[in-house]
Amino acid sequence: MGDGRNAGERLKGLIEVCRRRSWVSLSYQLAASLWSVLLSVSGGQDCSVSFVSRVLGKVCVQGRQKEILGVLVPRLTALTQDSCLWQRVCWRLVEQVPDRAMEAVLTGLMEAAPGPEVLSRLLGNLVVKNKKAQFVLTQKLLFLQYRHTTPMLQSLLGYLAADSQRRPLLVQALKELLETWGSGSAVQHAPLAQQRYISTAILICLAHLGEPELQDRRDELLASMMAGVKCHLDSSLPAVRRLGMVVAEALSSRTHPEGPALKFQYEDDDEVSREMLALATHQPLGNRSEARDPSLAPPATETPAETAGDGAQSPGLPQGSGSGSELDSDDEFVPYDMSQDKVLKSSKVPLYVRDCVEVLAVSEDPECWEAALQALEGLVHRSPEATREVSVELARVLLHLEDRTCLVGFERLRQRALVLVTVTDPARVAEYLTSQFYALNYSLRQRMDILDVLVLAAQELSRPGRLQRPGCYGSPRPGPQSLPAVATPQPGSAAAPDWRVVVEERIRSKTRRFSKGSSRQRLPSGPNDFNSVAGCFFFPLIQRFDRPLVTFDLLGDDQLVLGRLIHTLGALMYLAVNTMVAASMGKALLEFVWALRFHVDTYVRQGLLSAVASVLLSVPAERLLGDLPDELLEARSWLADVAEKDVDEDCRKMAVRALLLLERLKDSLLPASSP
Amino acid sequence: MAAPLQPPPDPQFVLRGVQSAVNALHFCRESQAQGSSLLFSGSQSGLVHIWNLQTRRAVTILDGHGGQSVTWLQSLPQGSQLLSQGRDLQLCLWDLAEGRNAIVDSVHLESVGFCKSSILADGQPCWMLAVPGKDTDEVQILEMPSKTSVCTLKPEADAKPGMPMCLRLWQANCSSRPLLLAGYEDGSVALWDISERKVCSQVSCHEEPVMGLDFDSQKARGVSGSAGKALAVWSLDGQPSLQVCSTHELTNPGIAEVTIRPDHKLLATAGWDHRIRVFHWKTMKPLAVLGFHSASVHCVAFAANGLLAAGSKDQRISVWSLYRPRDSATPFLGESEVGGRHFTAA
Repeated sequence: MGDGRNAGERLKGLIEVCRRRSWVSLSYQLAASLWSVLLSVSGGQDCSVSFVSRVLGKVCVQGRQKEILGVLVPRLTALTQDSCLWQRVCWRLVEQVPDRAMEAVLTGLMEAAPGPEVLSRLLGNLVVKNKKAQFVLTQKLLFLQYRHTTPMLQSLLGYLAADSQRRPLLVQALKELLETWGSGSAVQHAPLAQQRYISTAILICLAHLGEPELQDRRDELLASMMAGVKCHLDSSLPAVRRLGMVVAEALSSRTHPEGPALKFQYEDDDEVSREMLALATHQPLGNRSEARDPSLAPPATETPAETAGDGAQSPGLPQGSGSGSELDSDDEFVPYDMSQDKVLKSSKVPLYVRDCVEVLAVSEDPECWEAALQALEGLVHRSPEATREVSVELARVLLHLEDRTCLVGFERLRQRALVLVTVTDPARVAEYLTSQFYALNYSLRQRMDILDVLVLAAQELSRPGRLQRPGCYGSPRPGPQSLPAVATPQPGSAAAPDWRVVVEERIRSKTRRFSKGSSRQRLPSGPNDFNSVAGCFFFPLIQRFDRPLVTFDLLGDDQLVLGRLIHTLGALMYLAVNTMVAASMGKALLEFVWALRFHVDTYVRQGLLSAVASVLLSVPAERLLGDLPDELLEARSWLADVAEKDVDEDCRKMAVRALLLLERLKDSLLPASSP
Repeated sequence: MAAPLQPPPDPQFVLRGVQSAVNALHFCRESQAQGSSLLFSGSQSGLVHIWNLQTRRAVTILDGHGGQSVTWLQSLPQGSQLLSQGRDLQLCLWDLAEGRNAIVDSVHLESVGFCKSSILADGQPCWMLAVPGKDTDEVQILEMPSKTSVCTLKPEADAKPGMPMCLRLWQANCSSRPLLLAGYEDGSVALWDISERKVCSQVSCHEEPVMGLDFDSQKARGVSGSAGKALAVWSLDGQPSLQVCSTHELTNPGIAEVTIRPDHKLLATAGWDHRIRVFHWKTMKPLAVLGFHSASVHCVAFAANGLLAAGSKDQRISVWSLYRPRDSATPFLGESEVGGRHFTAA
């Protein structure tokens, strides 16, 4: 039986090969017929290649572009390089391809052609003469499809740029591309891949157009750029924002080369944006032929560089040895240890948490203020009791704190201090922070800071071993005598004192060890403090989201904050695993998600999906099925819908994962329930 | 594997008893027959203490400036004579031979600033003295002991370098012209040719006022420290013109004085951050950061045998024994190099 199966597969493979070979042989024959046509043309006879065009069209429509054009295009490339006659034959060939096959043929040609010059030799001015070709090349391939690769786009747009008759089409294409790029609904609803495609096309067009052409249309370009940048920067997805920034920078540098360049701050650690940046600075046609032979260029440049490097090294050596005679006498000057030479600190550091609060609230002295902020973390660690007395006041001061002196690391210090205060006195500070989240007259940045702080504090509370203080570098000592890190009263001890090192060394050298024992460090364990306060963190945040305030409207413009809120709620849900309120939290969260499930913004939808996933992970399965059966069913149908039809790829992936979690949940319960 | 670095040494001994901030220090140049060397210190209260480094006690106290701070001390190479400059606008010449302490002569100064003067003396009866002049940016050159004014060096009207902050007279050899190096308030160091009364070269090496400078005539290189964070090393080539060779960033801003050891191997700086920094002069490699004082260090001085003394606002004078040249290490009552005992001088 195994043999039969293998034989069947081998037969299938063989048939495939034969089929392919038959296409290939067909194309060889086509090439042969073309050659005979040429001979007859050069012999003076009239002949037509329409038959060849029709066959070519039919083959391409069947989907065999690769095989046939894989043979034809290299030959035609070589032949059309020098001979005008062959070029004209080629043009006639493609002109006479029937309309319904035009798209397939053109797509295939563009994939097979190694560059825009070859494409222009093969196609000639087809795009100008043939209406269907023009539609395919300037509309369909750019706007209606987005599956093509960047090299293909470069061939296409390079082809349009190559001839003066075709250049107006390129300019028109750029105008339309910019209109699409700049339209708000496209930015919101189009999938990310399509937006990337259009941005790539814009950058390539810009690289091809010359200064005079751009200057003529400067105003229009600028207007579309401004509109487009606004839409892109309003989006909640960082990838879309980055696309907008890259394209806007390129546009402004080309349209206003003399003025100050528009410069955005973004991280170009993404491969896609790096590629796009390379496109934006790419040299047009002139250097293209060099770029196409990368294998030849670098070895030629490497060898001169190497010899130059060697040449530079040898004169360096005698210089080094020249001063050698002077170095001998310096051996007696052995430097001393200068590690204690640190920046002199003013002695204005406050010693109590109350003093810190006062200084941060009212002090005018910048040095004092900085010293207080830097010392706050250590003081809060050292005296949790004292912190609890002033916790709400300290949280209020920190929330309203502004970076007055451009202190390095201000954001980190402030956030860390807020998190520590929340951890020290969770119930009261969480109540304060959640009430302030919905209060009037806070900036969006402050509201998002509140959310970040709540999540970080919840994380610190719920993990069994809390994060070590940056001051104590000693490894967490295992065993029952380990106190939680908060209570260790040794502020600021950076390294073990010398005498301890010596003593330990002596002990170690004198102890005979029979066996090493387990070398795995046991993590310190402590009680989970998030259990008692999880409700205080979660429920106030979820209560008032649908009541708009004058300055803050979650369901209106402030979609970014809504997205962050949902992500925060999902994180809190996840961290509340094994707590007693997890079930009621899950119910509330599922209702919340249900209310917002058709939201327009992609970031919000991603948040909703992550919230559903965290509900499924955190609430115990029995409680899920016991208390929330209806909600789960509704959620399941919604997730299936999203997984299939949502525009954004990330949303689809997350929906699939959530569905898998649901399935696994069901499976885990079924064997228990089946008799 | 490199040996671990030694922690910085403690001072060999500390002289207490000045009872006010120490503003000037100077080791006595003349070689004593018995081998006891003297250290002169000038204080905020106008007293000049003469310390015997053997017994570590003040031998004499000279009071000649009427309670006004002493800003500069210098002993003349011939005879036992001491110059002291004070803020009472007097530059006094003391005769200290055979136990006397009397003011023999005094020069009236016109500048109320803190600029220390400088002398150029090579054992001849006549010697040259540079003092800050009457106008804020002037330097006056006097021929001593006749106190005749040789010239007044005034910068161009449009240059505006500010006040001279520190001076150093210099002569390449006995026959060549005397030159003056002056550090100004705008952070520049200028080289004046005294005979021609004009600036040969000027280089701007600091952002803040130059607080102290010293010059190594052997290598024609000098160093200057300012109120900022960097030390600048500049060289003098044949033309003569100044060129900045390198700058060295320090941890904390503010240098009060810089001094090069007489054997041209070490450089010491007195810092406002209470620390004394020692560098290897040739390479400017940092060698040690000496922390002892609890207030700004105002002055440092090197003895011929390699001892380093530092005076500070905390009224102490610390004496350090670091990298002493081997042949001149005179044993002081059985000391060890590192972690010396502290002796107090009443």
